Amino acid sequence: MMRNLITMLVVAFSVTLSSLSVAYAVNLETYKFDDPQKEALFRELIDELRCPKCQNQTIGDSDAPLAKDLRDRTYMMVQQGASKQEVVDYMVARYGDFAYYRPPVKVSTVVLWLGPVIVILVGAGVILMRVRARNNAEVELSEQEQAQLAALRASKQDKSS
Amino acid sequence: MAQRSKLRWVILALPLLAFIWLTLFLLRGLFSDPTELSSALVGKPVPQFTVPDIYDTSKMHTEAVLQGRPMLLNVWATWCPTCRAEHEYLNKLAAEGVYIVGLNYKDDSRAKAVNWLNTLGDPYQLNLFDERGMVALDFGVYGAPETFLINSAGEVVYRHVGDVNDRVWNTILKPQYDELMQSYQGAGAK
Repeated sequence: MMRNLITMLVVAFSVTLSSLSVAYAVNLETYKFDDPQKEALFRELIDELRCPKCQNQTIGDSDAPLAKDLRDRTYMMVQQGASKQEVVDYMVARYGDFAYYRPPVKVSTVVLWLGPVIVILVGAGVILMRVRARNNAEVELSEQEQAQLAALRASKQDKSS
Repeated sequence: MAQRSKLRWVILALPLLAFIWLTLFLLRGLFSDPTELSSALVGKPVPQFTVPDIYDTSKMHTEAVLQGRPMLLNVWATWCPTCRAEHEYLNKLAAEGVYIVGLNYKDDSRAKAVNWLNTLGDPYQLNLFDERGMVALDFGVYGAPETFLINSAGEVVYRHVGDVNDRVWNTILKPQYDELMQSYQGAGAK
């Protein structure tokens, strides 16, 4: 029963995935390239530029008319030999940092870039401190434990001699 | 000993402070509109362009028409329901003497747009016809309607996304427009 359910889920998931990739391919059919390098750059760009109309979709992913306009413009610029940075700058100049999925390092975005590192460092620091405190803590043995320890030591000495 | 317990309190308070900060940060997010982007053009001159007039396509306009006095640039299209909703208000503003330039953005057809202006009224001093949306792209337009506030030097001062209504005009646009008009008229009087 459980296995059936899992199989069904896997099938449903892969069907969804494949239909997604089909939609993607249809989107891009109209863009013809002679130079495979330019095609690779184009695909990289439409995967990193964000559609300003659609909150959280790349322009390669979205069916919005605006996303198509931006794809056309990207295609035009890439065909004319523009570099990746040129296309990104062009979009950011018009639509702001929102248009690019990699936020620039600025005063206002420094938390985004350094936040995770700081959290990891603080966490590591806390763990280190606790481990040290535990290692340094003095252990007091009860009388019974003292006797046990002495017995162990004595038996070890017997064996080695 | 007192020193140590003080330090202890500081350390204990840290997570609480972090929590309060996070709560305020997320609370603010609840009331902000993520679809409203600030224009990348604010403080910069309007982009260069050459587009035909919507009534007479042999007549061409350049970015020079957006200089010389404070004005609004309204981006609209007949396929945009919100543009229809704000049109009446733009007519009212035009009647009050507000200088508005219209940019028709990727409309279905020029005839449809002209028909709209003839039947619903034309609040625009000048009508630019951006058939392919190339000018709008340079303006960073991502949806109609959008309204740009432009100063005498032809620089973008503010961009409003969505319809211009009584509230938007009186609380956001009018104060800035009035300020620009004041310095414009002051300069003219000298």
